[in-house]
Amino acid sequence: MTLKIAVCVKYVPDATGDRGFADDLTVDRDEVDGLLSELDEYAVEQALRISEESDDAEVTVVTVGPDDAKDALRKALSMGADKAVHVNDEDIHGSDVMATSAILAKALEKTGFDLVVCGMASTDGTMGVLPALLAERLSLPQVTLLSELSVEDGLVKGRRDGDAATELLEAPLPAIVSVTDQSGEARYPSFKGIMAAKKKPVQELDLDDLDIDADEVGLAGAWTLVDAVAARPARTKGTIVTDEGDGGKQLAAFLATQKFI
Amino acid sequence: MAEILVLVDHADGAVRKPALELLTLARRIGEPSAVVLGAGEAAASIAATAGEYGAATVYVADGAEFTEQLVVPKVDALTQLAKEKGAAAVLVTSSGEGKEIAARVALRLGSGLITDAVELEAGENGPVATQSVFAASYQVRSTVTHGVPVITVKPNSAAPEASSAAGTVENVTVSFTGNAAKVVARTPRVSTGRPELTESAIVVSGGRGVGAAEGFAVVEKLADSLGAAVGASRAAVDAGWYPHSNQVGQTGKQVSPQLYVAAGISGAIQHRAGMQTSKTIVAVNKDAEAPIFDLVDYGVVGDLFEVLPQLTDEIGAR
Repeated sequence: MTLKIAVCVKYVPDATGDRGFADDLTVDRDEVDGLLSELDEYAVEQALRISEESDDAEVTVVTVGPDDAKDALRKALSMGADKAVHVNDEDIHGSDVMATSAILAKALEKTGFDLVVCGMASTDGTMGVLPALLAERLSLPQVTLLSELSVEDGLVKGRRDGDAATELLEAPLPAIVSVTDQSGEARYPSFKGIMAAKKKPVQELDLDDLDIDADEVGLAGAWTLVDAVAARPARTKGTIVTDEGDGGKQLAAFLATQKFI
Repeated sequence: MAEILVLVDHADGAVRKPALELLTLARRIGEPSAVVLGAGEAAASIAATAGEYGAATVYVADGAEFTEQLVVPKVDALTQLAKEKGAAAVLVTSSGEGKEIAARVALRLGSGLITDAVELEAGENGPVATQSVFAASYQVRSTVTHGVPVITVKPNSAAPEASSAAGTVENVTVSFTGNAAKVVARTPRVSTGRPELTESAIVVSGGRGVGAAEGFAVVEKLADSLGAAVGASRAAVDAGWYPHSNQVGQTGKQVSPQLYVAAGISGAIQHRAGMQTSKTIVAVNKDAEAPIFDLVDYGVVGDLFEVLPQLTDEIGAR
């Protein structure tokens, strides 16, 4: 039996660019280049590792996004994923995380899976809730925020480093997992991988294919409303001194004026 | 008055400070009720504290499920209470687990979700939440338009203010839905005696410039002289000099203290995303061109191994 692993990935604006908002207060995707969310590379990596340790496994990367989101799928395919699913429909623009999770859940059901692997959060919205929402929608156990992950005997096992404790977790497949940036370095695509990726299948799906009404998603279907967006006022230029033997004393004097000491 | 459910985060039998902040914020938008889950015998004292900070009612539920299963039992309890009590909003602390709980509660209630709020106030159409996004380069104000607003709030978003309320304890029996991952083992984090990173009013962080694990001693000494938590940049954590649990940045902890001291940290965007909402920022770095100096209120271009000990001595002498 083939172990079917699905990896949810997101195409995000490059965090090192000057990110901003469009007139409709959604994220401006034209302003800076997009790429595969760095935190999703860890998810692809873990999926590939599990696949390599399995006798028979298949890794499918799934994304919801505009045309350019194919770049994120290509990156994952060049790392070694077998095939890709791209949900692309103009009515999706402006979807909140609730709608996005509904679309992804339907796409995953259509694709089929034993294990869904996600990154811990996207690097743009940084909510970190999508894996939990998928678990809720698909009635599956969530095994999330893992720094270590393994699959054996139909069980997924993982280590979660929380604020107060480290927990060892376990759940039967099928399940939803998410991995942190501590789960293991993501591999770089090889030249061979990049060439092979061009020939790998990318299935296109729209809302009709997933039996989702347009008014359930997008800005119209959002359950939250952004009322206002404002660039944070630039910080006033601070005082910079060069240490000439009394830098620590000068810093202490500053902290005293601010009543920290 | 509208009942606002506040999930009370607790550890080692005590209320964690962000929960007191939530109770304080909840009073701006309605009448707070506290929800205390899986606290065992500590529930009574936790309930009392919640009462001192404004909770009119404290819902208490206990059961092995809360510690033996991940996230879902707390979702079951909070959803059940929100429905039964007709809550006007649900507030949860923005932690990894807190956000996951809030998300699933919101979905079950058919509600919109706002995460990582740094400010909360009453508005004409329900609570208005402010978020700080894109490495704190933008402030976004949002409202929930569908269902009962479910909002997670970052620690240090408000100063906890005591406000004596009834704190009437009501025991609750929760119907658990199952389908949760099993917690096979739990190892509590060993306390360093220092404040929790996300909750601390002062954070002193070290980066690549610290040079080695042993180099963190000067960072820790300064932190201890200020009663501060210790943070580390991703570069320092990846090098194995400090634990990941202390990482400040996009993929680590997001901190928002009154004072942030960055030592030997250049200020890459990933780090700035985790600390840029700090009220006062101070940096010590050899490199005068380091981007961190664009953010600071006060910066010292110099060797942290000379500046930090001198600062620590000055603080000790005061």
